[in-house]
Amino acid sequence: MAIDKETVKYAAHLARIELKPKELEKLSQQLQDILDFIDQLKKIDIKDILPTSHILPINNVLREDCPRESLPSEKTLMNAPLKEGSFFVVPKVIE
Amino acid sequence: MVMERELYKLTAHELIEKLNKVEITSQEIIDSVKNRIREVDSKVKAYVRVEKLIKLANSPTRQLANILNGIPISIKDNICTEGLNTECCSKILGGFKPPYDATVIKKLKEAGAAILEAKTNMDEFAFGSSTENSFFGPTHNPWDLECVPGGSSGGSAAAVAAEEAIFALGSDTGGSIRQPAAFCGVVGLKPTYGRVSRYGLIAFASSLEQIGPITKDVKDCAILMNVISGHDPLDSTSVNIEVPDYTKSSHNDIKGIKIGIPKEYFIAGLDSEVKTIAEEAIDKLKDLGAAYKQVSLPHTEYAVPVYYIIATAEAGSNLARFDGVQYGFRAQGTGHRAQGLIDMYKATRGEGFGEEAKRRIILGTFVLSHGYYDAYYMRALKVRTLIKQDFDEIFKECDCIVTPTSPTPAFKIGEKAADPLKMYLSDIYTISANLSGIPAISIPCGFTRKGLPIGLQILAKPFDEEMLFRVAYAYEQNTPWHTIKPKL
Repeated sequence: MAIDKETVKYAAHLARIELKPKELEKLSQQLQDILDFIDQLKKIDIKDILPTSHILPINNVLREDCPRESLPSEKTLMNAPLKEGSFFVVPKVIE
Repeated sequence: MVMERELYKLTAHELIEKLNKVEITSQEIIDSVKNRIREVDSKVKAYVRVEKLIKLANSPTRQLANILNGIPISIKDNICTEGLNTECCSKILGGFKPPYDATVIKKLKEAGAAILEAKTNMDEFAFGSSTENSFFGPTHNPWDLECVPGGSSGGSAAAVAAEEAIFALGSDTGGSIRQPAAFCGVVGLKPTYGRVSRYGLIAFASSLEQIGPITKDVKDCAILMNVISGHDPLDSTSVNIEVPDYTKSSHNDIKGIKIGIPKEYFIAGLDSEVKTIAEEAIDKLKDLGAAYKQVSLPHTEYAVPVYYIIATAEAGSNLARFDGVQYGFRAQGTGHRAQGLIDMYKATRGEGFGEEAKRRIILGTFVLSHGYYDAYYMRALKVRTLIKQDFDEIFKECDCIVTPTSPTPAFKIGEKAADPLKMYLSDIYTISANLSGIPAISIPCGFTRKGLPIGLQILAKPFDEEMLFRVAYAYEQNTPWHTIKPKL
């Protein structure tokens, strides 16, 4: 399929990535090439084929619901670019 | 007797023997490896943050019961090491110090290994096949410094090849252990999906990837697999199947083993020198008593397009966590009160991710987005089923499959950097093993006329790593390739 700049821009917005105009230009062309290549999959008959999202025959792995060691909040926060007390600081969310 | 300062040349199993006889100390090994790094890493650039090397992460335990007994190991920059920078060679994880160890690191420490503080270079978030996508710049192939070492575990493979590491860990999502091992003339193994815990491996494509060893020879690979394999309650995709002693598979006998040679791997696109060398290797296995037959993996040509849908879709989701809040880089001017939250995310991710990372995240977001999900993602999952079934069929009549690891020898730095699609095709022989979850190993099988190493790939049934070790060891013991080292 053909992918236009608006579609790439929208996907970038969904992915929360800011693209400079030059980047958008280049990326749109590259994604077009990649999608053209991927389109060869349309040749295959996939009727009645089940999808494989995971190769192991295991599902719903559960564990006992009991307390175990967890990270103290100083350690959880140690890599935060901005913090205050025991909180991560982010820009204002509610206007 | 190897001089103290040349201990870096030895394999882990040779060092274990010397340690057990108390001929050497672990400190001597560590000093020797560090001296070697100081000597040659300015040329190879296998390590990142090499200035941190002076310090050692953990003091190795000295009890003889611990198999690795203070032997240093080099770790790829996407495997979490408590308190030691782990940045996936990305700007967005700059300065990140994990508050915990990955399960494989915990197991290595329990086995007595010393974790080197400098980690090995990689393509950013393992996105690449050449290690050129690293925020820190490329690694150079020890056999030809103008060539790439392969990727994404290029730093680990180059470090082992240049004897700057006794052995190393990498990760393999589409060939990222095997292809660099082939390009650098060392041994690299991708375990069966679920064999090794992924807990603490910074996720790229969760349904495809495994951590695995990169080593100087097959025996070291088996030793390392003994240490890192096994069920882990912290990784719900790790499987509770008993781990055999892999070193016992090395008995130099492959008589009667049935090898499948897939015809789809020996067609257009395969370099003629690589083809000849791989065919000679197959003849060698025949001489050693293996039976072989031509087989067909009819969906081989679809592996790369399927991979670039599934891997990017999973990457797009996994990398959503890098948003400038919990760790790593946050774009300047997006602090307390500036702009809104979404603007902060966008600026941080726009600046923090490199070109290939942005390309993959956006592609992955697109193939999962409303209106395209069925046409791309769902179709890819279905073709994945067909690719897996191809292997199931062959393993009904063959014990293993043998192929070249990569269609070409190492290429020049910059040669494919401008064309992502061309780069993706470099993984054409390795990707299927990830899509179908089977184990695969790459071992050295010769050199081109220009002196670049070539790798032979062996693939086996799920959880039959023993077959890989058996065939690889027999081949290795009857060929000289693993003893030839690059001149640096």
